[in-house]
Amino acid sequence: MAPEQASMLSQHAFFKGLAPEVIDLVASCAQEIEFSAGQYICHEDDQADQFYVLLQGHVALQISSPGRGARTFLTVGAGEVFGVNWLVAPYRWTYDAKALDDTKAVVLNAVCLRHKCEADHDLGFELMKRVMPILIERLHICRIQLLDLYLKQN
Amino acid sequence: MSIIAIHKCSPTDTLDMQQMVPKLARVKSYFSDAPDVSTLEVEMADGVPVNYAPGQFNMLTVFGVGEAAISISGAPNGARLIHTIRDVGAVSHALTRLKPGDLLGLRGPFGIGWPIRAAHSKDVLIVAGGLGLAPLRSVLYHILAHRVKFGVVTLLYGARQPEDILYQSEIAYWRESCEINVALTVDHADVKWPGRVGVVTQLIDQAKFDPQNTLAMVCGPEVMMRFAAAALVEREIDAENIFLSMERNMKCAIGHCGHCQFGPNFLCRDGPVLSYEKLRPLLKVKEL
Repeated sequence: MAPEQASMLSQHAFFKGLAPEVIDLVASCAQEIEFSAGQYICHEDDQADQFYVLLQGHVALQISSPGRGARTFLTVGAGEVFGVNWLVAPYRWTYDAKALDDTKAVVLNAVCLRHKCEADHDLGFELMKRVMPILIERLHICRIQLLDLYLKQN
Repeated sequence: MSIIAIHKCSPTDTLDMQQMVPKLARVKSYFSDAPDVSTLEVEMADGVPVNYAPGQFNMLTVFGVGEAAISISGAPNGARLIHTIRDVGAVSHALTRLKPGDLLGLRGPFGIGWPIRAAHSKDVLIVAGGLGLAPLRSVLYHILAHRVKFGVVTLLYGARQPEDILYQSEIAYWRESCEINVALTVDHADVKWPGRVGVVTQLIDQAKFDPQNTLAMVCGPEVMMRFAAAALVEREIDAENIFLSMERNMKCAIGHCGHCQFGPNFLCRDGPVLSYEKLRPLLKVKEL
């Protein structure tokens, strides 16, 4: 068990309301981690074996294209999470993530977490119920961005 | 027997006629805020100041081109008459090409603006998207001039990309002054942008205010306002305390021609600012 990580997770919005014993299960896969401003946290197509729970700082999620360089499509900050790719095969990052400022997070080992979810479907369902609203919100954000609402229209 | 009916003008007709005649104004100064966006300070040729409330608009005429409704983006004390204009059509294009000393026509101010008095002693949440910050800047100026009358004041502003952010030096000043909370986001950015990327409605989730004692003012593209208002209701602000500034094709500006009709409202006369409680059912009607 990792009491410090359990305490940090229990205070985070993503895990709000989870029973302490469930938090303890998750915390056994957790580790605190820090990134300095400008540091890349992951790269597109790398193995997605981490799920990040942000405690402090901001992270830019980016995709690069030839001739245009990297573009940030979303930033996430304290109280948010990123890296839900850990849940879905083939478990690969589909973007780069870069710390915009000094960032603190709890990183969950996705292999460990997946095993626990397979062994305990209640845990898996609890986590899925928390991931789904985030995916739906990000899909909505993406739709609004695609509408390009502020584009000049004659 | 004569069949010609002679219409006698009532005092109301005379008033309406006066409101339809542009007065002569002159461009005093010009500032380029962003690509395709300019701010004009104008002064009346007769020297009579124009008194207006935050959220009201004027009809500006470029002679030989036409007339357009432009919201007032300056401080509402009558000292400086300021309009921020985006070059999107023939008239607005011509307006953004005016230079100091050029003459233009002005009718106004028109419409019902933001409910400033109702915001006294409350937290104020200002949600702006794109050029929607222009009519809300008047509110911010008023609040900053009467800061003690308001609770926590927060500006949430979303723009398309970093270079489109309006009033950048003022926003930086407001941030540093700590008189109001400011959060910015852009829809798209390259890696040089150090701030947030996402949509303005996301900022609502993180804003700090007392939902039972908050008045929200929202201005931007209609889709953005719909989702912003929904997010504010989600944060438990009553629909009657959420106000949106609506945009339709203003022509006469005095509630006669019907071009700006939105359900039972003529937005030039009954708006442009209306409560979400009134607007909510109308916003669901796609044909409006």
